[in-house]
Amino acid sequence: MNLKMVFYVLGVIMKVEAALMMLPALVSVIYKDNELLAFLIPAVLLFAIGFALSFRKPENNQLLAREGFIIVSLSWIVLSLFGSLPYVLSGEIPNFIDALFETVSGFTTTGASILTDIEALSHSTLFWRSFTNWIGGMGVLVFVLAFLPSSDTRYMYVMRAEVPGPVVGKLVSKIKVTARILYVIYIVMTVLLFVFLLLGGMPVFDSIVHAIATAGTGGFSIKNSSIAFYDSAYIDYVVSIFMVLFGINFNLFYFMIIGRVVTILKDEELKFYLGLILISILAVSLNIRSLYDGNILTAFRYASFQVTSIVSTSGFATADFTQWPFFSQFLIIILMLTGGCAGSTAGGIKIRRFLIFIKMGFVEIKKLINPRSVVQLKVDSKVQQDTLLSGIAAYFSIYVLIFSASTMIISLDAKSADTTLGSVLTCLSNVGPGFGAAGPSGNFSIFSSLSKFVLMVDMLVGRLELFPIILLFTPNTWRRV
Amino acid sequence: MNIVIAGIGKMGLTLVDHLVKEGHNITCIDIDPKVVDNVVNVYDVFGIGGNGVSCDILKEAGIEKAQIFISTTHSDELNILNCMIAKKMGAINTIARVRNPEYAMQSSFMRNELGIGLMINPELETANEISRIIRTPSAAKIETFGKGRVELAEIKIERSNPLVDKTLSSLSKTFGVRVLICAVYRKDEVFIPTGDFIIREGDIVHITASHSEMSAFFKAIGVYKQRAKCVIIVGGSRIAYYLAKQLVESKINVKLIENSELRSMELDEVLPKVHVVCGDGTDQNLLIEEGLEEVDAFVALTGIDEENIIVSLYAKQIGIPTVISKVHKTNLLDMARTLNIDSVMSPSAISANYVLQYVRAKQNAQGHNVRTLYKIVNGEVEAVEFLATDKCKFLGVSFKELNLKRDLLIASIIRGNKVIIPSGNDCIEQDDIVIVVAKNLILNDLEDILP
Repeated sequence: MNLKMVFYVLGVIMKVEAALMMLPALVSVIYKDNELLAFLIPAVLLFAIGFALSFRKPENNQLLAREGFIIVSLSWIVLSLFGSLPYVLSGEIPNFIDALFETVSGFTTTGASILTDIEALSHSTLFWRSFTNWIGGMGVLVFVLAFLPSSDTRYMYVMRAEVPGPVVGKLVSKIKVTARILYVIYIVMTVLLFVFLLLGGMPVFDSIVHAIATAGTGGFSIKNSSIAFYDSAYIDYVVSIFMVLFGINFNLFYFMIIGRVVTILKDEELKFYLGLILISILAVSLNIRSLYDGNILTAFRYASFQVTSIVSTSGFATADFTQWPFFSQFLIIILMLTGGCAGSTAGGIKIRRFLIFIKMGFVEIKKLINPRSVVQLKVDSKVQQDTLLSGIAAYFSIYVLIFSASTMIISLDAKSADTTLGSVLTCLSNVGPGFGAAGPSGNFSIFSSLSKFVLMVDMLVGRLELFPIILLFTPNTWRRV
Repeated sequence: MNIVIAGIGKMGLTLVDHLVKEGHNITCIDIDPKVVDNVVNVYDVFGIGGNGVSCDILKEAGIEKAQIFISTTHSDELNILNCMIAKKMGAINTIARVRNPEYAMQSSFMRNELGIGLMINPELETANEISRIIRTPSAAKIETFGKGRVELAEIKIERSNPLVDKTLSSLSKTFGVRVLICAVYRKDEVFIPTGDFIIREGDIVHITASHSEMSAFFKAIGVYKQRAKCVIIVGGSRIAYYLAKQLVESKINVKLIENSELRSMELDEVLPKVHVVCGDGTDQNLLIEEGLEEVDAFVALTGIDEENIIVSLYAKQIGIPTVISKVHKTNLLDMARTLNIDSVMSPSAISANYVLQYVRAKQNAQGHNVRTLYKIVNGEVEAVEFLATDKCKFLGVSFKELNLKRDLLIASIIRGNKVIIPSGNDCIEQDDIVIVVAKNLILNDLEDILP
């Protein structure tokens, strides 16, 4: 284990976070909300520690798989710890556990909140909350890879541990250029969304905050009633469409730009994702029609917003789906599990894994009927390697284990079954709203500190795709040989 | 530059290693997905699993925008086909590894009609290298710069060597010859030495000087050896064939020991002047019987690296002046270098070096000033030849006043027909050819020597 290099990268990450905190500080200056110090103090602290850690680059700068995982999980923990300081220092969320929950929820793009009155917060705090969504969406380490000078070539392990999805495809030969392309696409799409929201009559500050929160598929709103506050069909549809877009593999946008349309049309994951969304919207609209006096258009508007918000794991709300019939609620649960496409900013298990998992079942059935036939699992007409398949099987088994263990601990709070199961699911999938008391109109302040802690771990585990956080607590990782 | 490499074997991997370090955009194609996985994990490259002959795969690899396409798959025919297709699809330069001498003989046809820019034969290159060492007295390895006017030699410092425990600045006074020690390899580490550097036993030093000064220096330190007259080669590989042929042509007696009866008969037929012996070249008694103790040079070229190393160690043990061993596995190469063998040759490293020079030359055509480049000390140190044009900002400024980068040395300057081993009072003038030795620095221009 090359600990020196791990600390060096951590130092760099801390300096980056210090720089990122300057943005909410700027917001504080613009709106004169007297919270400048709440951002400046953590920023100075971060910079000082970061500077000390990354003062000298270690001679041995090798990063292998083990270091990659450790760097990713440690940096997310460090980011969250320091990211929660502004909430505590400004006194907006005085309890440290609550502040940490809010930050972890922000960085992991979950959007689950412990706040009961969001509108009481100052502008700069609101901005920082949503900004953590944006930072966490694409990942800080990818940001560091993209924009900071470094001559190291062995960062692939780091990128692999942070970018969601079972396989990470490079776009061009250099990892730095790949990361840069991804970030540029991310920024351009965020700006586009901002412009569209502005055109829909949303105030500038609200547009910025909602644009960045949507881009990261986080779902931190600045209104207690979320997007429903604006009560505009235009805004609903714009946000819905962009949530779908941010749930698509970013590589496909690049292929679109360079004109490789064939690759996009062939992409099975995309077809599955869009098909799933379409069918769910239609099914839910028909199912909830009676709630809106049989008006299918209104039902369609609310169904499409809720469905896209859940499948992209954003978690904005314009209606309370806990009031819907059970059929629709169950569809929502399934969408929470799947999440968006691999390589997007969305959370969840990822469509690609589901696709392969389902295909594994069919391959097995075919083999049972005709044992001698050659059946290979193909995605995008390419045969998938056994290592990938066993990796996905392992993913599901560990997912179930973590899900059960977390539910077990949280059920000690003696909340109702839907509240308990729903909040674990929504945190593991980085969606935001759960069911029961933690649904779209409720929040997570009802849980005990222990439960909040478990949910925080779940959010990190979900965002980093299970393995990095688990490796951190595996003794083998720290053994020398 | 955008470079596509098809076939990631030992040579492909060596190439990737060097080319990535030089900052090129590399795309690797290999039919084995595991190989692709590995290379993508270790290096910052783009990997594609598939057949390099396939147009779809080549298109995916961005062949239209590739300046160089290199094919190093296991098969000659595949490499040639790969290059032809890549050339037609838009690759500007193509390089193919072609082992079969029959193909290599029609290289001008291949270049003009099929569009293959460079054909490289690793076995032949290795044989050339070995024969140069055997034919050159004393040094382990000699390379030349500036159209042969400056030599770069590599020697290993034995205990008896008078250089041991001397500082570099005292050398010219002690021996009365002006040479420059430009790189020292000591215990896995490379030093670009300064004047107060002290040479120790076991160091491998790299020396630059003109040819006459170099010979004088070798005589002065007493490592001058008689030109080899009698050589034993163990193992009848293709390298052995090329090597034996070259050595016989320069009137050196060659005895070739090959295990397989069939192969030894073949070799006897194509190499009439070579004494071919059929037997196990790793058998101690057989080696003694065939006169191992009498020869001037011993070359181990069997197909098994470990055998080569052990036999070479034995040969060195009984006091043969020049012992050369072939080691194919890249990971054994470093370990083998630490042993008491005069030269360890790796065909993949030698051919990679050759390809690198070609790549550099192509890059040169794009506006860089590098004339030739040598990778020495296992590729960790570069010796680069620049031409000082009138654009150079420090013409006529003495080196004392220039604040050069660390780990960098001006090895020599060629001015007209004169070779200058520079001291602090010398300076660079227009049209000089400047040879710079540097560690871990990418030098693309003469200006790069200043921080």
